[in-house]
Amino acid sequence: MASNEPTAMERFINGILPENPVYRQLLGMCPVLAVTNGMKPAMTMAAATAFVLICANIIVSLIRGVLKPHLRILVFTLTIATFVTIADRALAAFLYEMSKQLGPYVPLIIVNCLIISRCEICASKQELPVAVADAVGMSIGFALALASIATVRELLGSGTWFGVTILAEGWWPRWGIMVLPPGAFLALGVLLAVAEWYTHRRELQAK
Amino acid sequence: METIIALICILLSAALINNFVLHYFVGICPFLGVSRRVDMAIGMGAAVTFVISIAAFLSWTFTYFILRPEAPLPTAVWQAMGGDSGVKVDLSVLSYIMYIFVIASSVQFVEMYVRKFFPPLYKSFGVFLPLITTNCAILFACLEIMKNLQDPTNLWGLHHALALAIGGGGGFTIAITLMAGLREELDLCDVPKPFKGPGIALVVAGIMAMAFMGFTGMADGVKTALTNLLMK
Repeated sequence: MASNEPTAMERFINGILPENPVYRQLLGMCPVLAVTNGMKPAMTMAAATAFVLICANIIVSLIRGVLKPHLRILVFTLTIATFVTIADRALAAFLYEMSKQLGPYVPLIIVNCLIISRCEICASKQELPVAVADAVGMSIGFALALASIATVRELLGSGTWFGVTILAEGWWPRWGIMVLPPGAFLALGVLLAVAEWYTHRRELQAK
Repeated sequence: METIIALICILLSAALINNFVLHYFVGICPFLGVSRRVDMAIGMGAAVTFVISIAAFLSWTFTYFILRPEAPLPTAVWQAMGGDSGVKVDLSVLSYIMYIFVIASSVQFVEMYVRKFFPPLYKSFGVFLPLITTNCAILFACLEIMKNLQDPTNLWGLHHALALAIGGGGGFTIAITLMAGLREELDLCDVPKPFKGPGIALVVAGIMAMAFMGFTGMADGVKTALTNLLMK
């Protein structure tokens, strides 16, 4: 392997902030917008996505030697679909209420561009430890992004965090719009701008 | 008559009331990525509507005959193999793998067909076709169809599935075209620097979603109006 390839540790760190899948790469937006009206669904979603991402990366990395270029996307999606079925059945068995609440968004992990892009960019070219480190880093980055949006929306929208009341009913008027679909777009738009502004300021300071 | 009313309700509900993009958040990637120019947005919308209809047709067929609980085909095979006839055969655990396979292969097939027989059409929207495989809107339509084929006493027919697909594709086209029109105007505006690009697009989408919330609850009204109109 070429010496300028990032090591496993670099890949791991990369996914968390410098190449955060949501804020820097704008990948996997459907679940980011759809399930972030509360911390509980957001974290369940993050866990399911992490499971699928790590397992798919392991399998793809192991079979990368026998992959045919023109069939690789099909192989990726079928691998991912298998693990999503496992995750979906497990959720339905152990967290039935949550699985009802997440509804179609668990099977929609199959077409989450984040997972396909990691399979394509990293796992199909790297050895197993690097691929796993990359998948874990990306999963943590994805979970952090989901948590940040869910925190804003749940706090402003229903005054709670993980279902625990933080802002009391009396003095905090509920912003009902934040838990409804438009709130997702607004919250993500503003948070993207904040992330952009922060990165820009860091770059200016570094100069 | 009742069928027609049900079809119109499904169509309207998928296109406007529960718009795929602005209510269910599916198809966000092309919604943000390919919404810079109106003509490209319309091309993408047409491509998605086309593929969604084909995928809906195929997934309804597969779900109805093979994948749903107590589907005729696996039950017949099970009994021909000498299985206990009291057992209910349910292959729905295979549905996700089946759907993604159907979508990926139909996209490939459509791309080849369009490239061979309609070169001008291929030039205008062929570039979007490979992207569509990973478009959640298609899989979402398949999942909605699957959801309505679970209860054996109240099954959707093929016409319901196609109404959902055309309505959903139309709703996607409406949303992405409106967005592209707004973004063409936005290029001339002085947007604060951190908001440039996806930030302002998402805020605009949020305001559009608020406008589309105005359609909430329209389904019942439309149903009553149509019943009064057509049942007389």
